[in-house]
Amino acid sequence: MSHETNSLAPEQLTEQQHTVLVDWLTQLADDEFILGHRDSEWLGLCPTVEEDVAFSSIAQDEVGHAVFYYELIQELEGVSADYLAFQRPAHERKNSLLVERENGDWAYTIVRHYLYDLWDQIRLDAMVESRYTPLAHGTQKMKREEYYHLIHFQHWFARLTGCGGEAQERMKQAMEWVEQDLDDLLDIGVYESDLLSWGILTKPPTEMRSEFYSQYEDLWKDISDLSERMIIFSKQASKGRMGQHSPALASVLENMTEVIRFDPNAQW
Amino acid sequence: MDSQRMEEEFVKRVQNGAKIESNDWMPDGYRHLLIKLIHMHAVSEIMGVYPEKEWVPKAPNLRRKLAMMAKVQDEMGHGQLLLRIVEDLAAPYGKGREELLDDLVEGKVKFHNVFHMEARTWADAGLIGWLIDGAAIINQASLLSTSYAPYARILKRICAEESFHMQHGENVILSLAMGTDKQRKMLQDSLNYWWYSLLFFFGPLEITPAAQKMLHYRIRTKTNEELRQKFLAKYVPRIWSLGLTIPDPTLHYDSKLERWHYAEPEWETFQRIVSENKGPKSQERIALRRIAQDQHKWVRLAMTTGI
Repeated sequence: MSHETNSLAPEQLTEQQHTVLVDWLTQLADDEFILGHRDSEWLGLCPTVEEDVAFSSIAQDEVGHAVFYYELIQELEGVSADYLAFQRPAHERKNSLLVERENGDWAYTIVRHYLYDLWDQIRLDAMVESRYTPLAHGTQKMKREEYYHLIHFQHWFARLTGCGGEAQERMKQAMEWVEQDLDDLLDIGVYESDLLSWGILTKPPTEMRSEFYSQYEDLWKDISDLSERMIIFSKQASKGRMGQHSPALASVLENMTEVIRFDPNAQW
Repeated sequence: MDSQRMEEEFVKRVQNGAKIESNDWMPDGYRHLLIKLIHMHAVSEIMGVYPEKEWVPKAPNLRRKLAMMAKVQDEMGHGQLLLRIVEDLAAPYGKGREELLDDLVEGKVKFHNVFHMEARTWADAGLIGWLIDGAAIINQASLLSTSYAPYARILKRICAEESFHMQHGENVILSLAMGTDKQRKMLQDSLNYWWYSLLFFFGPLEITPAAQKMLHYRIRTKTNEELRQKFLAKYVPRIWSLGLTIPDPTLHYDSKLERWHYAEPEWETFQRIVSENKGPKSQERIALRRIAQDQHKWVRLAMTTGI
């Protein structure tokens, strides 16, 4: 099957397709942007100087991906990527709650990022052959970078959970905190079935989620003394994707727009 | 050969332009000076992260945000490269990374005066890139001919990256200079705040015994004042061309003496900032560094020992 001939072109979208696509791209863009922002708050505070350098590269990649998604929205909506990133109020943001949480300790940071990246990989896999070709092309490139992020966090995760003592205690605690936000992360909003039927996503979201949760359960199994733990997921009401956020996002946005607010008419 | 003869031979070699590698024999005095200089340089790069770090989350658009993140990352990277050099030099004394960074939080190693100051506005963040990195390039480019080869090699890369930073800073500054009244006022305030810190950055007028020794060993080849004059020659015209006022009415080029005349910074006040960590932001930033160093001991322990 040729995706080129069957492709959705920006100018041929129906009104409903346009709406669905913008909603989805906004989720992706906001996830990457807010996570990249949170990552950048680690600058100068990482456990080693080497990690400071590495983590900053990852932060820049995430913001770079956000720029890509915002520019796709810009093309569809005629609103600038900068506006989309900086000027929208919290209730218009569609990032998951997980990425807006405060950084916490290094264990939380590693667990959050690792689980986010595991989900992101599944999400990217479902888009590399998207009928929306600009999305297919961009996600193919992103996958190359995300591959290295995943190795990086896999390594941290394995090392910190693999030893005993304080590190493992902190990692267990972090897993429990992150787990509370997983349903929200894996939520795709209200247009799930349209995304699939129009081929914007090429894998059913239910399958994507079960793929994630089976990997997630394996992670717990790897933590030796936690193998008996029962993991129960319940599909909770969607929050982040519907623009319902925690106060943490409001404070991110407040901080982020300080310079712009100083003189809203200025070019910076 | 007795040690005095070896020392004399060594000095003759470096004065003839020989380059020293980390595993070559070197006088203790030479090693100590290098450790002191490069350790201070390394931690200054790291402490230079903090004033700008505060502005990374506030960068006003996507392009600036990405540029700012990359720039601050470079500074941390410079710190890492320089620490590796000090680690080699300090190995005979049993000092490694952990101890070198502990020295910083314990106030045993100094860092550049400019990084004790507050970055109050976006203009400050831009000015740090433009003029402080500009000053640093002048300083570091003069060290490219240093007799210690590993330092020279790293400086080559640092200078290349710093010149990007300078252009990044200049670009931020140009937007402000060509912007609204509020932006121009913010920029002028920033120059007023930083000017004397910038002059102090190059160090005292007199050639201290330590500086004299560094010249003797060809660790450095230019005096503080020569470098300050270079900075003034390069940047005063640029600052003026943006329509900014330098907060020193006596500043002028003396064509007879062929040097810039300037009002001197309050040497003692600035010196205290550096030697006693008593700048407006010294303690706060050292506390941030302490977070990285102390609160993450468990992480480094887990990664190295598996406990």
